[in-house]
This record gives sequence, C-alpha cells and structure tokens, in this order.
Amino acid sequence: MTQLQPGAASAATPSSATSRTRKATRTREATARPGESGAFLDVRNLSVKFPTDDGLVSAVNGMDFSLERGQTLGIVGESGSGKSVTSQALMGLLKGTSAQVTGQAMFQGKDLVTLPESGMRQLRGRNIGMIFQDPLSALHPFYTVGHQIAEAYLVHNNASKKQARAAAVDMLGRVGIPSPEQRFDEYPHHFSGGMRQRAMIAMALICEPELLIADEPTTALDVTVQAQILDLMAELQQETNSALILITHDLGVVAEVCDSVLVMYGGQCVESGPVDEIFYDTRHPYTLGLLKSMPTLNGSSGKLNPIPGQPPSLLDLPKGCIFSARCEYAALAGDGVCAGTRPELVVEDGHGKRCHLSGPQILTIRNTR
Amino acid sequence: MDTQAILQVENLQKHFPIKGGLFSPQGSKTVKAVDGVSFSLGRGQTLGLVGESGCGKSTTGRMIARLMDPTGGRIMIDGVDISKLGGRDLYNFRRKVQMIFQDPFASLNPRQTVGTAIAAPMVVQKITPTGGLKNRVKELLEQVGLKPEHYNRFPHEFSGGQRQRVGIARAISLNPSVIVCDEPVSALDVSVQAQVVNLLQEIQRDTGVSYIFIAHDLSVVRHISHEVAVMYLGKIVEKGSRDELFREPRHPYTKALLSAVPQPDPKAARQQQKIRLRGDLPSPANPPSGCVFRTRCPLFGTLDAEQRELCINHIPAPASAAAPACHHSGLAAAALAGVQ
Repeated sequence: MTQLQPGAASAATPSSATSRTRKATRTREATARPGESGAFLDVRNLSVKFPTDDGLVSAVNGMDFSLERGQTLGIVGESGSGKSVTSQALMGLLKGTSAQVTGQAMFQGKDLVTLPESGMRQLRGRNIGMIFQDPLSALHPFYTVGHQIAEAYLVHNNASKKQARAAAVDMLGRVGIPSPEQRFDEYPHHFSGGMRQRAMIAMALICEPELLIADEPTTALDVTVQAQILDLMAELQQETNSALILITHDLGVVAEVCDSVLVMYGGQCVESGPVDEIFYDTRHPYTLGLLKSMPTLNGSSGKLNPIPGQPPSLLDLPKGCIFSARCEYAALAGDGVCAGTRPELVVEDGHGKRCHLSGPQILTIRNTR
Repeated sequence: MDTQAILQVENLQKHFPIKGGLFSPQGSKTVKAVDGVSFSLGRGQTLGLVGESGCGKSTTGRMIARLMDPTGGRIMIDGVDISKLGGRDLYNFRRKVQMIFQDPFASLNPRQTVGTAIAAPMVVQKITPTGGLKNRVKELLEQVGLKPEHYNRFPHEFSGGQRQRVGIARAISLNPSVIVCDEPVSALDVSVQAQVVNLLQEIQRDTGVSYIFIAHDLSVVRHISHEVAVMYLGKIVEKGSRDELFREPRHPYTKALLSAVPQPDPKAARQQQKIRLRGDLPSPANPPSGCVFRTRCPLFGTLDAEQRELCINHIPAPASAAAPACHHSGLAAAALAGVQ
C-alpha cells in the first residue's frame, strides 16, 4: 500500500502489486443482526415518506439494521430503492424538509430521528462523517480545499487556525495527496476527480468520526482510481476502528470491501446477512436476479438474464410483496400469496430474507439458474 | 486490407489547439485527445473501446460519426474515406453511421413526443417508408421492446431504460451499417442494463449492424464485443480479439485495468493479488515523453536503467493484433503473470 502513504506518490515505488491479505485477517464474526440491543448503531423500523402533489412517496419502508465498530455494512440497491434516503435520514439531512421520518436510529444513546438540529450539528463531522458521491458538487468552489477541511476541525475542536491547518495538511497527506502543504491552498477545480474524492474523505475523517457513511463514494470515478479509494477507505477504517456504511449499486464493490450486506428494493430490506452468505447462499429472488444480470470478467458470455420489468412506483406500492410483479417465481408460493400479502423480514442465523418462498424452494431456484 | 471490414480507421488524430491568453502566442500548444488510432471493424461485429475518462474513446467515436472533424488520418467506410466529406456527401453519409448516447435524459428533446424523435432521422433524410412514417415508427417501437401506443408520449413518462430504448429505435431507423454506442448502459441500473445489452445483441443478430461500443465497464465490454481496443491518453495500447485480450492481457495497463474491476465474488476478492496503479491520468496537454503510460506503469519500477531509458525516450510502436504498444510486453507478461 506504499502509494497511499504521504509523499510516496511522488517517489518511485518498486512495485505496486499489492496483496489484499489484510482483508482476510479482519474480524468478521459480528454481522448486522436486527434484534440485537446495545449495538453501536441500531436502526429500527425507519421509514421516510415525502408528500408530493401526486401523493405520498414511500421512499423507505421499515428498515431494521445494526452495526458494530470496525464493521463495514454495504447497502445495495438500484436507483429509487431508498438507499440514499436512508443515509440522509441517519445524518439528519431531511430535517427541515417536508419529509416524514419515523422510527428509531440509536447512536451513542441518542435517537438520530428525533434529535433536534442543534444536537445533530454536534454529531455531524465529529461523530458521524459523510462522503458524498459527487465530490465536485460537494466541495465549495470558492474556498480552498484546505480551508474546507480545516473548517470541520475548527468547528469541533477548540483549536487555533494554525493547529487546524496542521491537522488538515496531515490529513491530506494521510489520504495520499502528494505535497499536501502546497495542495492545501489550491481550489477544488485544481484537483482531479480522484483527488477531490480523497479531499472529501480527508474532510469526513479529520475529526476521526466513529461512524462513516459513504454514499456511492466511487461511482463517479474510473476503475483504477476506484480501487485506490476503496483501499484507502478500508485502510483508514482499520486505523480508526470506525464503522462504515457503504451505499452502492455495485455488487462488485460490496464483495470487495463489506463484511455484511443489506439488499434494498422499493424502500425495503429484502435480504441481509454476512457478505459471503449473500453471494454464495443467496436467499431472495431479487438478489439472485441482480447477480444473474451482471456480466462478469470470467463468467460465460451467453445471453444476460435481466430482471423483467421496471421497479415499482413508490407512490403506489403493491399490497403484497413489493418485488412480486417482477418475480419469476411468485407462482411457486401458491395462488396469489405473493401479490396478496407482504412478507416479513425473517432472520435465521443472522441471514434475513423477505420472501414467501421456503428455503428448499429458493435452493431449487438457485440450482436451476 | 480486410475485405470484410465495414469500417477502417487509420492513424486517426484529433488535436485541439490550446487558446493562449492575450499575450501568449496562438496555437503554440495542442491537446492530443486522439493521437494515431488505427483499427478495423468487421460487418456484424462489435468493437469495444475501453479506457478511463479522458483517454479519447468518446472523441474517437464522435469522429467516426462525424460529429467532430478529425485533424488527421482516415476513416474508411465501405472503402470510402469519410473523414473530409462535406455538404451533400456528408448528408448522405449520415444514413450509414448513427449514434446512441450515454445519457437518455439529455439526448431526447423533452418537448418532443418519442414518435417525433424516432421519426426525425427519416424526416431529415426525406425517407418515406412503405406503409408510412407513423407505421414505421410503431414497428421500431415494437422492435426495441416498447409499445406502439407509446408513440404520443413524452420522454418524461419513461424510465431510464425505456428512454435508452427510444434512443436505440432512433439510431436504427435508417438501417445504418455502423452504430457508435457511447456508454449506452452506464447510466442504467444493473437489471435494466442487461435488458438493453440483450436488445443491442438481438438487433445486431437481426440486422447485421456493426457496433463501436464505447464503455468504461470492462465486464459489459467483454460481454458484447468481438474485438476490444484499450485506449490510454489518446492512443490504443492494446487490441485484439475479446477472448485473447481478457484471458491474456499483454500490456501492463490492460492488466491493471482488469485487475481493478471489482468482481461479485467476495472469496476471490480476498485472495486475489491486485495491481494498483498510482496516481491519476496525466494531463493530455502535457503527456509524458516516450511511453505515455510510464508514469503509472507497475512494471517501470522493476526495470533497470537501460530499459527505463527506452520507456522515457522512445515512443513504443502502435499496438497491433500481434503486439501491444509496450517496449517490454514480454517482461510484462512474465512479471505480472501471477497477478490477477
């Protein structure tokens, strides 16, 4: 990981072939298991609704999950599945808007849903950091990058400007920006996409928050830079032992960095569990469909198997299972069961699924694909 | 010369002059967005053009569709050089090459019904299909998996995947020989992306159209392409048949690119040795001397002084089917063999 150390990027490193054994040694026994109490972050029945002229949009419908320090939780789903809204609700970014947020999100003895804005301001940046998808629109074009990073430090620490500058320069170095002292005084437009994302990470991490929420942090980046950023985030997370929520639509990214996964569809969690189980012991037809529809670098190059149809309208969610209209296997559960009643999220051994089909039925589906 | 080739690109160049300030001399510097690109495309085949943003892949595609004028080189379609066509000839040429754009939200006029949008190329080209324009549009709508009754709807009534289908219907309306697809599925969700990729393949099977498929997603490119060309800083660094290139990449950049693609396989991800490139793409206004990739090359650090001198001062020969554009491709294969 030589290229990620301060100043190393300017020096010639002998080889950049690196091993990822670090991943293998990480603890991965604890998983996001709904129902546990006293978790580091514990989200219960979180729902978000937006009133619009056309009616109430149910963006998030009863999310349950928990997370421990040092763990990475991946939230995957397609556009409109509610993954970003979930993170915005946790960060309190929906306060003061028309959004109706209900449920509970316990973090350090405080409920993030009911906490007033003043309390939220204490937590944001200090205890909870956030990395946004598009670093160009998340950075202020009129201020230097260093100023924006130091600002976060000044707000939360009783520090002088000089100390804040030193902390920001140090942080820029830690995220692998060469000549950080000089880069401190440059503006966002001087930075490339990957550099900006590094600066965003520096800003989010300068106060060493215990919880980091990254909303599609690498979607706007090229694959080679994405790989650098993912490595960097994993490395910094290990250093600070923080909890990370990674929101993404890319199952490949999830496989690389997450310990546990939550698959979202239509504002609901349809499957959750440890990363290996989600990929090798898939229990929900939607997750199966996602995995089947992805072209890979080593799979067969026959016809792709898309999930038929379109995601449901959040204005008018079906009465039964939200996925039933696109599910090829709805008939297996019996007449009208899937379309008629909405399944509960059933958790067995830390692996949850929201589906009427029985375990053996899922197994048959998986084996015939 | 390949007689089967519908499209042949030879030494294609696009150099943008950098406009100096008031006091600096004009036209003294150029950005070499595309610098000596050559490839050929067979009938009914797909050429995947991959690379990071800023590598010149979209510029190449746009020049082939003549949305941009090349500053050098030739583009032969059916044996005719179209790179300098103008007026009537250019107008007639438009029937042969069409384009599908990345953003299905930006590439359709929000005030135009999809029927009008799909009919537009035929109207411009003054083509009256048998059975009338409207019927032809309805046929096209069905061909791309939409319904004839969608004729009078507006783009905002469609999802991203459906809009991309409208864009495809518009592109195939003139029965072109080549369609340049510029990141056609990048803006779509995985499940919908697969639908569109399947549709493109179906259309190719039915009509024999050739595609230039520009994408940064290597998994999709591997799926749809017959031939693949990898671009870096305006040059093709490696090209070859899909199977060879993905099985045995010979240029260190191709290797690094493949290694960086996250795969939906957690166990493999934990075990794999990864090649990580350092830093970002250098500025195309000020590219490195010699081999443009040397500043980020994972191999460069392992070379001795004499070998490095070659990389620094000599531009490698352009990539061909036989060899990548690398002075040390033999070494690259050996040194990075164990690394996925």
